[in-house]
Amino acid sequence: MALASPPTATRPFRVAVLGNPNAGKSTLFNALTGLSQKIGNYPGVTVERKAGTLTGSDAAIELIDLPGTYSLAAHSPDEMVAVDFVLGHIEGEARPDALLVVADASNLERNLYLVTQLLEADLPVLIALNMVDVAEARGIKIDATALAQRIGVPIVATRADRGRGLPELRVALGRLVATRSVPRPTIAYVEPAALTAGVAALASGAAPAFARALGRPLHRVELLRTLVDVDGHAEERLLKQFDRATLAALLEPARTAAGAMVPLSAIEAQGRYRWIKQLTAGCIERPATPLPNWTDRIDGVLTHRVIGTLVFAGAMLLLFQAIFRWATPAMEAIGSSFKWLASTISAELPEGALTSLLVDGAIGGVGAVVVFLPQILLLFLFLGLLEDCGYMARAAFLMDRLMTHVGLSGKSFIPMLSGFACAVPAVMATRVIEDRRDRLVTILVTPLMTCSARLPVYAILIAGFVPARRVFGVLELPALTLLALYALGIVTAMACAFVFKRTLLRGPPPPFVLELPSYKWPSPRMLAAQLLDRAKAFLQRAGTVILAMSLVIWAAGYFPRDAAMAAGFNAERAAIRAHPAGSGADAIELDAIALAAIDAREAALHLEQSALGRCGHAVEPLFAPLGWDWRITVAALAAFPAREVVVSTLGTVFSLGHGVDEGSTDLRDALASAQRTDGSPLFTLPVALSVMVFFALCCQCGATIATIRRETQSWKLAWFTFGYMTVLAWVGAFATFKVAGWFVA
Amino acid sequence: MTTLDQLRPGQRAEVLRVAASTSLAQRLAEMGLLEGASVRMVRSAPLGDPIEIELEGCHLSIRRADARGVVLRDD
Repeated sequence: MALASPPTATRPFRVAVLGNPNAGKSTLFNALTGLSQKIGNYPGVTVERKAGTLTGSDAAIELIDLPGTYSLAAHSPDEMVAVDFVLGHIEGEARPDALLVVADASNLERNLYLVTQLLEADLPVLIALNMVDVAEARGIKIDATALAQRIGVPIVATRADRGRGLPELRVALGRLVATRSVPRPTIAYVEPAALTAGVAALASGAAPAFARALGRPLHRVELLRTLVDVDGHAEERLLKQFDRATLAALLEPARTAAGAMVPLSAIEAQGRYRWIKQLTAGCIERPATPLPNWTDRIDGVLTHRVIGTLVFAGAMLLLFQAIFRWATPAMEAIGSSFKWLASTISAELPEGALTSLLVDGAIGGVGAVVVFLPQILLLFLFLGLLEDCGYMARAAFLMDRLMTHVGLSGKSFIPMLSGFACAVPAVMATRVIEDRRDRLVTILVTPLMTCSARLPVYAILIAGFVPARRVFGVLELPALTLLALYALGIVTAMACAFVFKRTLLRGPPPPFVLELPSYKWPSPRMLAAQLLDRAKAFLQRAGTVILAMSLVIWAAGYFPRDAAMAAGFNAERAAIRAHPAGSGADAIELDAIALAAIDAREAALHLEQSALGRCGHAVEPLFAPLGWDWRITVAALAAFPAREVVVSTLGTVFSLGHGVDEGSTDLRDALASAQRTDGSPLFTLPVALSVMVFFALCCQCGATIATIRRETQSWKLAWFTFGYMTVLAWVGAFATFKVAGWFVA
Repeated sequence: MTTLDQLRPGQRAEVLRVAASTSLAQRLAEMGLLEGASVRMVRSAPLGDPIEIELEGCHLSIRRADARGVVLRDD
């Protein structure tokens, strides 16, 4: 058994925070640690690691927030981390010195199940009896003092969302540090004989072989999990060391020694619940007939056949309304402040490479991305609200049937919905899916959902090329086009999921058990903290990856620069300045227009000569079947690392200079007046549609690919996502161009 | 033999045994769906599947096909 070294003056006391999902664990953790949190990742797996220092206490205590889990029988990567952390099996992580278990008072028996397992970990345990208000509202009375005495661990009643019970919890944690007393139940747990016999047989039989293979001794908890959890995480880990037949032969004697006719998992659950019943007897008082509670009443409406479906559709509509309309003022403000910054700098600095680097490269590139901050924050606010109040589980409940048609479950719905904001958090949100295949399929198709970064492309092309006609009296054609593009993303994602579930990741449908937690008021503090996190992460990304990409694209579009060509344009400009058209206001304006036209021609020619332009010319034949010329090709190529970049690249390619955003009528006009070499207009409706379909289906996002790699631990899957989406995008754009061509002709 | 999927909304019954796949049976058992437990059918989703059940005050959603493996005591 790996015992941690005792805490010293230099090493704080480490307390792991555990609990069932929906027990209010994260809220409590946030309330206890304040702003001291550090967020990272566990090595090798992709579960988020959250740690923070306990505030308001003299003792130096570090709290580590572990993923929510119902039991130590791990079935998902999240649960696996929780178990491994408690036993000290995570590389680079010392074993915790104590455990803080958050238990939902309104569901105490079920929450105590995890407690009974954790009591066997030989660590000091403290229970936070959370959500006492919900329990009281249901008429449930709990005698915490008597219960604490029976279990042999301290219990503190809390209401994490209102900060109640926290001072007492801090004191109890401080006392736990001082005494380090392990649990001493006054009512002992009588382990079912089958489990005791099985573990004993395993300890004297296969355990030494396991220990040699893993390079460390096994804790009794781990032996129990190996014995009981068929196909569980403990067994899976051993399967990496032994082949299936050898492991089966090693486990055989222990499972025979257990001699059970029913599955050991049922025996374990029965044994633990029997103990829980003894522990809680007389300590929990329930009304004879359950009080009608708000959750039941609300659910009667929200999961109602008709009203529930309408409310769901309404919620989704509201979400889109929020992203498209409410975010606009803030986005315009951000856009114009970047424009102001760009124009101030270009007015102050002399023309040249440095100014261009600052204005076109840095400010233009980063500005084009930071503009999305309001949209992203609104979306996260909305999703956070739905999650925090308990509606997300209902959405999974409502949508499960539809998702089963493509072989997924309702649990995939939430990550896919988040994909409308950004695929990066959406891919991370797939962690709630226990089944590996389901999770991988969801990860593979989520980038097809229309993320907010695709919006600007749609916005500018629809405004420019889809006639603002009304159809059926009320619906506007541009809005319908936008809706169709969103639908395209959804339908393609579903179709791909269907195909992947039947080919690459074929497997039986996984079991579906979903808890529908009680509704509660969302906690503003928690939401604010989440939004702050998101904003920080997003701006960090804009300041690093996107800034770097913008600069690379800028350099590729700026160099090499032909000095002779520049001199020629300078001579033209000088000629106009030397011989003005006249002195009247009209004449001055004429000169200005002529000068601007020269600037535009110069920018376009420079770009065509640049590395990026040459690259665009070189691959033009590849994209010509989609109706694109080299300029569209360049914009699409430049957008591969981050699709947001496309608007600013289009701006440069169609020679507008700086400060372009999707609201810009200049860019719209420039696109509309762009011509092919034969003089015909470049952007016809089929071409505009082809570009939009390409952007709808293509995985032009380095961050998504990096996230997929991180989440799946596989470069292969990451590049597969990129590959299949690019092929799909090309084929889709080609088909769109051809079909739309027939209609227009 | 009555199974969980056959209950009408609001109807309550006692569990006799759970004959589901290993990992599902384990998860349900950990949540308290064991022999002798009292379970209530709350409602089914608008599209007929999954169903919502109530178990010791806790609301769970499982699929009809899985609920068919939960055998109830006939009164």
